[in-house]
Amino acid sequence: MTLPLFFFYVFAAITVASAFMVISARNPVHAVLFLILAFVNAAGLFMLAGAEFLALLLIVVYVGAVAVLFLFVVMMIDVDFAELKSGLLAYAPIGMVVGGILFLELLLVAGSFVIAPEVVGAGGLPIDVTMENTRALGQVLYTRYVFLFQGAAAVLLVAMIGAIVLTLRHRTGIKRQSTAAQLGRKPSETVRNVKVKSGQGL
Amino acid sequence: MGLEIGLGHYLTVAAILFTLGVFGIFINRKNIIVILMSVELILLAVNLNLVAFSAHLQDLQGQVFAMMILTVAAAEAAIGLAILVIFYRNRGSIAVEDVNMMKG
Repeated sequence: MTLPLFFFYVFAAITVASAFMVISARNPVHAVLFLILAFVNAAGLFMLAGAEFLALLLIVVYVGAVAVLFLFVVMMIDVDFAELKSGLLAYAPIGMVVGGILFLELLLVAGSFVIAPEVVGAGGLPIDVTMENTRALGQVLYTRYVFLFQGAAAVLLVAMIGAIVLTLRHRTGIKRQSTAAQLGRKPSETVRNVKVKSGQGL
Repeated sequence: MGLEIGLGHYLTVAAILFTLGVFGIFINRKNIIVILMSVELILLAVNLNLVAFSAHLQDLQGQVFAMMILTVAAAEAAIGLAILVIFYRNRGSIAVEDVNMMKG
């Protein structure tokens, strides 16, 4: 067994095991932590496939942003998760059936095709082995796929605005700072000249 | 099983991940948070497939596309969790069967 194959099996086993723990963990915080473990090991699989930039992107975006977002929400929401787990296995049989059929179909598809050898490297964007992955991706992302890139940026912008608009709320009955009111004050409304006799206070 | 990492290895792992994600939606059908996490697993399996084919076919397009899926997955998680937070704020629960305000 070669070293890359050994690491492939290690990463694949941990990914699958932690993915199983994600769906079966009793505590959702544990589920999020196992999700992080699954993503880190999937990044290892990406690395073995030669997609170094995507591997690190997976760690930065998923572990750094999405998983932490999940963790944040899980800890912020005060729900009895044990109650949500009740009746957990009622749908396990149908899930097992659907999952089993899906898995068999996927394996049938994966095992029943052959890629002609002349197709390899004949795609629209052949990988140049002399160039590192990040540079190669950057060179096409900002030229050939610039509209796709801008589209992705638009998706993220819409998601950001959507998340802010959804969760923003104006509660009544609390004191808030009103910058406009502060800046709109005039001296005539707020300052009063008082003649004070000497020797006396106000 | 050869001594090299082949396309079949990656496709098998991705198929297992995808199936686990679908199975997770079924067995956790009360808890929206875990359902969202299962969707993330499914998207990860799809990304793994794209990267595996990209490596096997020596074509960078798969990786460009995987990056776009990553973007959409991040956006989906953010919006989903935002909806979850306002739903919890309004109803005090995140159980799926309580999501019936629209009587659909």
